[in-house]
Amino acid sequence: MNVNLIEIMSLPFMQRALLGALITGLIAPSLGIYLVQRRMSLIGDGIGHIALTGVGVGLLTGTSPVLTAIIVSALGAVAVELIRERGRTSGDIALAILFYGGIAGGVFLVGLAPGKGSANLTSYLFGSLLTTSATDLITIAILGACVLVVTVGLRPWLFAICQDEEYAKVSGLPVRTLNLLLAVMTAVTVTVAMRSVGLLLVSALMVVPVAAAQLVSRGFGGTMTLAMLGGVISAGAGILMSAGYDTAPGATIVLAAIALFILVAAVGAALRRRRRADNGPAAACDPPECVLDS
Amino acid sequence: MSLRGELTGEGVNPPVLQIKHGAVAYDRPVLRDVNLTVRSGEVVAVLGANGSGKSTMIRAGLGLVPLAEGRVELFGVPLRRFRDRQRIGYVPQRLGAGGGVPATVGEVVSSGRLARRGFPGLPRTGDRQAVARALAAVDLTDRMHDPVASLSGGQQQRTLIARALAGEPDLLVLDEPTAGVDAKSQEAFAQALRDFVRHGGTVLLVAHELGPLQPVITRAVVVHDGVIAHDGAVPHPAGHHAEPGHDHVHPHAPQDPPSIWGRE
Repeated sequence: MNVNLIEIMSLPFMQRALLGALITGLIAPSLGIYLVQRRMSLIGDGIGHIALTGVGVGLLTGTSPVLTAIIVSALGAVAVELIRERGRTSGDIALAILFYGGIAGGVFLVGLAPGKGSANLTSYLFGSLLTTSATDLITIAILGACVLVVTVGLRPWLFAICQDEEYAKVSGLPVRTLNLLLAVMTAVTVTVAMRSVGLLLVSALMVVPVAAAQLVSRGFGGTMTLAMLGGVISAGAGILMSAGYDTAPGATIVLAAIALFILVAAVGAALRRRRRADNGPAAACDPPECVLDS
Repeated sequence: MSLRGELTGEGVNPPVLQIKHGAVAYDRPVLRDVNLTVRSGEVVAVLGANGSGKSTMIRAGLGLVPLAEGRVELFGVPLRRFRDRQRIGYVPQRLGAGGGVPATVGEVVSSGRLARRGFPGLPRTGDRQAVARALAAVDLTDRMHDPVASLSGGQQQRTLIARALAGEPDLLVLDEPTAGVDAKSQEAFAQALRDFVRHGGTVLLVAHELGPLQPVITRAVVVHDGVIAHDGAVPHPAGHHAEPGHDHVHPHAPQDPPSIWGRE
């Protein structure tokens, strides 16, 4: 790192980039944990594909791409939820068509838009943190707050429907409403993260910090807190590294998250090995009768 | 919390769950013209072989499986108009692994209280007490902060029962609660069930064999091949089935006609 990091970080556009990234790092795992719990880790990626069509619509009609991306990806997320609810095997194909239709539609529409440029498309696919304006930042903050109100505020309910949907139905929880709310919030999160890590890397920030957190946590609440912390650390470290090495911020953030995951996995394994060594073979005498493979 | 309908002249309690002429079909018929009435205060065991349709029957009763024909009433109200779902405590066969995201026993049991909590809202003292009581009822208080995945199969089953009890239901519906459960957990479960019934609860459970639950059961319904083959007294296992320690090993496929226990 031959450039003075402090000097770079004193630039207003770098500060806005950092703030935008930190917000994304905070909210993406708070939503992603529900997708992981449902074994739908890759759904965020698919919603990101659909959002590109929204961006295309925005650029073509001259409206804010963020607004159109939210609308189109929310519609897409609701469609995904309806397909999931049916639970058919053909749903798999339906999702594939929806996702690839989304990305192809986006590229197609961007091509039709006036003043088209592949640079424009790249900024949505891989993020464009450094061009974050003050207005963008306010939008990101408001949308992020909406997501947090739902993911943190409704945690017991969302936990219940993602943990055991049938049980939630029998006990009379508003399962459908909660599912649709979760779908719409997935779309909002994707749109927020579009700015920082880009539509193709959105899913990583939703899933990787959760994967790291669940290696060391014991409960759902703890996993969520740690995952959000991990997301913020990855985003911060990623921005600083990208400033130092002059690399793409989005990709650097994702690599930082993956590095964090590997670090946690290694430290966790070492701790477990030491604990087993400390306890000696006596610890092996009291195994649970039966353990669910997870 | 009065049940709709008073006691009738004969002193028969009002029905809590009724299936009338129920039929369920997936690719082939699974249940045909099933009639089941569970009355308040009863402990009804649904018995039958694997694939007999016994689980499907109670799942249809809860609205989890759509009926092709017939209808279901819960607490005297048709299923579609039934809103008091917090009165039902459902205990599924097993808890999903939840995609590897850990959850503590306390978190899972607390989710059973949501039906009573109102949406959305913070838990009140009464809610926390109900969760604590439910954990105590299945003897898992000391495991509250442990991840469910670290528990034995029997303890996980007890966690699910505690989740149902946390909602303080009037009807407990259990799907194979004793399958693959260790003796200590079976005993803890039987005790929890006895306490629940003593406080006026109604129980409908699906079982392959009754074990320590036998004395608690007031009525048995045997499902065989999609129809109810027996509805009445708990059938006593015949021959060496009755011997203590009989472990249901059948080295050769049974060629004899299905007994009251169905094909095993």
